Amino acid sequence: MVPEMPAEAPTIANVTGSRAPAGPMVPARYRVTDHRQDNADTVTISLMPIDDPIDDPQPGQFTMLYAFGVGEVPISVSGCPRHEGVLMHTIRAVGATSRALCRLEPGSVVGVRGPFGVGWDVSSAEGSDVLIVGGGIGLAPLRPVVREVLAARERFGRVALLIGARTPEDLLYAEEVERWRAVPDVHVEVTVDAASRGWNGHVGLVTALLDQLPITPSLTTSFLCGPEVMIRVVARDILEAGSPADHIRVSLERNMHCAVRQCGHCQLGPLFVCADGPVVTWAVAADLLAVRRW
Amino acid sequence: MNATSIRDLLAAQPVLRDLEPADIDLIAGCGHNEVFPAGAFLTHEDDQANHFFIVREGQVALEMHTSTGPLLIDTIGARNLVGWSWLFPPYRWVFDVAAIQTTHAVVIDAACLRDKCDADTAFGYRVMKRFAQVIVDRLQTTRVRLLDLYGAGNAC
Repeated sequence: MVPEMPAEAPTIANVTGSRAPAGPMVPARYRVTDHRQDNADTVTISLMPIDDPIDDPQPGQFTMLYAFGVGEVPISVSGCPRHEGVLMHTIRAVGATSRALCRLEPGSVVGVRGPFGVGWDVSSAEGSDVLIVGGGIGLAPLRPVVREVLAARERFGRVALLIGARTPEDLLYAEEVERWRAVPDVHVEVTVDAASRGWNGHVGLVTALLDQLPITPSLTTSFLCGPEVMIRVVARDILEAGSPADHIRVSLERNMHCAVRQCGHCQLGPLFVCADGPVVTWAVAADLLAVRRW
Repeated sequence: MNATSIRDLLAAQPVLRDLEPADIDLIAGCGHNEVFPAGAFLTHEDDQANHFFIVREGQVALEMHTSTGPLLIDTIGARNLVGWSWLFPPYRWVFDVAAIQTTHAVVIDAACLRDKCDADTAFGYRVMKRFAQVIVDRLQTTRVRLLDLYGAGNAC
């Protein structure tokens, strides 16, 4: 006797019923509601929960995104539900899993674990000047910081946003950056490594612009994210200008697999970056990033 | 604009910090103030490097012409030096320099300053030290840029 087939074959997206008791290793299913191509190799996807949603991430935290059948990667949150109504991730296609995630169209389903790690702690910067430096895709984890600062602008001192990109075409969130630039009392500068005539921004390393920003380094809380070399040179310059090391926050990037301090892939000296980071102060990071490990 | 006001303009430039007031006076004697409208060229590649510039306000771009059009190599904003081709033979500019915005600059006569440096070698040494610091800073940032920080190989 041939068993009767269900009217609709079960798929990851349509299985219903209560989820197994959720733990940090159990992904929640989310549906892609929007897919925006930011530049040639970077995409921002918006997600809405199918299952119980994960806790609302803090700016700077990350999730593990699971492209079913391909793999799981850590991705910083670039938009928090409390700001956007959806969970947003900006993903650069650099490997098999990130490429699969970048190909997801609205309606697709992904697994989400998290949120994990230590965030930027934006509220601790209230009352001080704020410097936000994002390089390349490093601007993505800083986007929620900008959103949070602008949403409570009166609580912060002078605000400067410094963005580095490879070329003008590689700049993330170009339209949004222009909206940030239009906000009174927010200083925004963009610098690129290469440009053609017609580009009215800066060309050069982000450090070249630091001394032109309207902030007082000794009274500034800085948020830095980008390539590690950029973080090092910027942090050292800010430090030399008089900013205390514990007022400089940096987001570390390591090879996070389990995200729950078990597998050890993300160890950096005494830190498990997945749990003790990714955001740490420069007072913690300076010596760790200065060590040549291989 | 007289030499006294040029001196005051130069004294306010951080790029000349560490120089003695008397040194600033000597440099100011070789300088004049000039305004370049957006789009104007301060100099062109292969021109004689008879001058260098201290940008007071605005921004300039170092450009190099290529078969696909001019490429921007670097931008230099207020309170910075532009040009060191005047220091060494053959005294020719390597890049075009164009004003991206209306740019106010103190233009220093290179031959005048070289003569003063030769005549007073202690002064010349202090000037060279200041320029060497600028050159080193630019070299270091250029080396970092050569890493292609934001390329896929450095994805973060």
